[in-house]
This record gives sequence, C-alpha cells and structure tokens, in this order.
Amino acid sequence: MAALNIDNVSISFPLYHGESRSLKKTMFAAASGRLGQDRKHRLVVEALRNITFSLRTGDRLGFVGGNGAGKTTLLRTMAGIYEPIGGRIEIRGSVTALLDASQGMNGELTGRENIRLRGLYNGLGDAEITALQVDVAEFAELGQFLELPVRTYSAGMVVRLGFALATAIKPQILLMDEWIMAGDASFMDKARQRLETMVSGAEVLVLSSHSADIIMRWCNRVIWMDGGEIKRDGTPDEVLEAYLTPEQFALAQAGAKLAA
Amino acid sequence: MTTLPRRSQADLEMGGVISRSEKDVSITAAQTWRGRLRMASTDLIDTFKLWPLIWTLSLFDIRLRYRGSLLGPFWLTLSTAVMIGALGFLYSRLFHTDIHTYLPFLSLSLVLWNFISMLTSEGCTCFTSAETVIRGIRMPLIVHAARVVVRNVLVLAHNVVVILGVFLMMHTVPALSSVTILPAFALWLVDGLAISIFLGILCARFRDIPPIVASIMQIAFFVSPVIWSPTILEHRGLGIVLIKWNPFFALLQIVRGPLLGEPLALGTWAIALGYSAILIALAALSFVRVRPRIAYWI
Repeated sequence: MAALNIDNVSISFPLYHGESRSLKKTMFAAASGRLGQDRKHRLVVEALRNITFSLRTGDRLGFVGGNGAGKTTLLRTMAGIYEPIGGRIEIRGSVTALLDASQGMNGELTGRENIRLRGLYNGLGDAEITALQVDVAEFAELGQFLELPVRTYSAGMVVRLGFALATAIKPQILLMDEWIMAGDASFMDKARQRLETMVSGAEVLVLSSHSADIIMRWCNRVIWMDGGEIKRDGTPDEVLEAYLTPEQFALAQAGAKLAA
Repeated sequence: MTTLPRRSQADLEMGGVISRSEKDVSITAAQTWRGRLRMASTDLIDTFKLWPLIWTLSLFDIRLRYRGSLLGPFWLTLSTAVMIGALGFLYSRLFHTDIHTYLPFLSLSLVLWNFISMLTSEGCTCFTSAETVIRGIRMPLIVHAARVVVRNVLVLAHNVVVILGVFLMMHTVPALSSVTILPAFALWLVDGLAISIFLGILCARFRDIPPIVASIMQIAFFVSPVIWSPTILEHRGLGIVLIKWNPFFALLQIVRGPLLGEPLALGTWAIALGYSAILIALAALSFVRVRPRIAYWI
C-alpha cells in the first residue's frame, strides 16, 4: 500500500549570491510578489507555500500551471530531494522521480557502465543489475554500442537508452515531469506501450504536464498550481475547465477521447 | 539481495523488470537538534549500505581520467616517480643530505602530502560537482564525500608503488613496529571523510572557499616538514611552532615516522588525535545542522 502525504509544506530558496540582494530583488518583487525574508532577514524565493494534500494507492494526480508555478519543485519535494523548511512529508513505498532525460548519465562511460551505475544508485544488487542490463539492452536495441562511450551514440540512441533506463525500474510511486512525453510523436509504439505499462503498474502516479489531453487520459485528479500555492484541486474535468479556455478544453476533451 | 525477477515474454514487451521496494521515509522540517541528529545518522548509515556504489563511482572516476591513454592509471605512478626522482637528487644536493636517507623520506612525504592536498581540493567540490545527482534522486549525501576519499585512496595505492621502489633501491627496511601505521591510516580515512564533508558544505554555501583552501594548502606545504626534514629546525625557536603545533606534521608523522624508523616524539599521537577530534566535531556539527540545506545551495 503506497501513500504520499504532504502536510503544510513550504519551500523557499535562499538567494545568496551577491547582486541578487539588490537588482534581482527589486525586479522579482515587482514581477511576482514571491520574494520574502526568512527569520534572519535573508532574501528568499518562496517556491511553495503551505501545500497540503495526500495520495493513496490508485491515485493519479496531474499538476497544471504556468512556468514557475512550482510544479517541478513540488515533484522534487515529493521525491524527498528538497527537504521542506516547514511542514512534513511522508512517503510510504518506493519512489522514482523522472525529472530530466539524462539523469546523471555520463557521456564518457559506456552504455553498460551507465546502466550499472543507475542500478547502484537505486540500491540494486548484482543479480538485479544484470537483469537491468539485459532489459535495457534489449529495449534500447543498442547491440555492440553498449560497450562504447555514450558520447559516440547518435541522438536517437541516447534517447532510447535514457528512456529504457528511466522506465526499467518499476516504482510504487512514480513522479514524472513532462520531458518523458516530449518526443511522444516520434516514439515507437513499443516505447509508448512500455511507458503506459509503467504508469498503470505504479500504485501512485504524479504527472506534471502542459499537455491537457495527456492529463485527461491518465489522471483522475488534478491540482492547479499558481505562484507556489494550490489554486484548485479536483477532478480533471472541473479543474481543467477552469484552467483552460473553453476552446482549449473542448480540444483536450476531444483529444483524450480520440486516444482512448 | 532479492532473487532475479522472473521474466516472461510479456514482461519484455511491456516494460521494465526491476521492481524496487524501500523503507518508508518521513521528512519533517526538523527544528530540533534531536531530529536533525537522527536524519544525519540515517544518512551516514545509508552511506555505508551504498558501498558498492561508492566503490564503482571511484573506480570509474580513475578509469575515466586515463581512458584512451596507453599507460592508463599507471601515469599516476610514473609521474610521481619522475617527480620524486628529480626532486630527490636536486634537494639532497641543496640540503647536503645523504640521498640514501633523503630519498625514502621524500618519497613517503610527497606521496602522503599529495593524498592530503588532493583530498582537500576535491573535498571542496564533493557536493557541488554532484549537483545533477543530488537534484535527481534522494540518496545519502555522505556518499559524495566518501567517493572523494575512496578515489584518492585508489590514487594513493598507485603511488605506493613508488615508495616501495625507493625503499628497495635504498635498502630501507621498515621496522616491525611499523604496524602502527594501520591505526594511523584508519585515522586518516576518518579525517579524510570529515574534511570532505566539512569543506564540501562550506564550499557549497560560500563559493569563495576553494581558492582560499588552495592557497592555505600551498602555504602549509612549505611550512610543514614535507620536503625538508624536521631535524633542520630542531634547535630554532620558530621550529617549535612549525613542528609541535602543526596539525599536518603530527598527522604525517604518525604514518611517516614508524616507516622511516624514527621514534615518535611524545605526544605526537595525542596531537594528531586532538586535531582529528576537532575536525570530526566540526564536520559532524555542520553536517547535522545544514544537511537539508545542501540541496538548495548547490
């Protein structure tokens, strides 16, 4: 039984570096009103403010919101990477956060070495790493290239390797940023199928995307983030109807129906 | 370790095979020292559990530096040998010392000093250079400091060959009492981890620290008895300060002294342990205090 509880969580980034105290301060403050001061009167960007929600097995949550609304920061917080300055996070179950495509892949190392490292980062044992290597090699169809440094790969091969690695380890709680759908059109059927299996296999899915039809298709709950706060929390239909313009909403509904 | 997961054709077509389970995590914005201490010790314990990762990362680091070169990591050995050979003959002339005693001293000192100085300079960047990993996956932070220590122990292992060569050539035979270098080196490893953590934190927060550390280490190299023998200063006033209260000297001496058959001055171990205790306390204190902030700073 996987669960994720976010209880009154706040995150703020300190701005330490020199000129940020003067120039950026005035600019940011004018633009967003999200600069604050902490107890010691240091300048901070309030990335998340008093976020509370909880997820249980079966929940499929989508985040929508403009750039800089705090979606990626919230994903990182839910993965336990950023520890909050206020509030509490409880994670029950294994978490994988797919936040960027390369995820620490090292171009100088061979494909096989990169797979091994990824396995070790996830705390896998030798037998599991061997299985991981077999699985990724088969899926990414790299053949002999597996023994060559990743920087010698074609762009397509790097994408295949990154995707195969990201989707090889099945977590109970899956946190995804939208990059994974970026090349959606160009993905082979195989890749789309693999991603969908992973998504349906995860007990809890959290997805951050600008694409409304993907959210409609995959999510049963949507949170609209704005300025580091939850603006709206509800079913995809009600939140998206408020978030999108009527034409966009109709288009997204049609798109989701078409795909389903 | 779990058993190999069963793989069916359906698995292959559909998706990844590895499922992962881990213990539950609860992160509270810890305001009390007790909560912070608990999180920091979990970090340390989890670091040891990730030993295979630390070892592989360090191994790949060394391999990458020399990938494509003919001699590979043995360039480490060779360049150290050339340096010690050249300096040894030059300085034994300049200082009018016997090369049979000077060369073993110099080889040991330089190799050990290299270890210290590389450790401090790479320790400075242990967190900042792991930025993508720290921001990509939740894992114990001490892993990154331990990686610096293990990597430098691997480099040291390549350079020890030069010391062995010099000792053989000069017929220097370490006394049986040299086994005390084992606890001494264990202390070095603990100190190495502590200095990496401490400098790593400091440099993640204040970006001006690495050049400052580099210049301090440069000065420390000249004022510590690394290329000159401590016996030169024995009867001069200044020498007492440079030798007696120099943390680098005490730490060098507990490894170097027994191997060269020099009796350790009374209190050398005490001074080495004292400075280590201060260093470890500083590292522990700062890590417990700011561990959750490191991800924000890098």
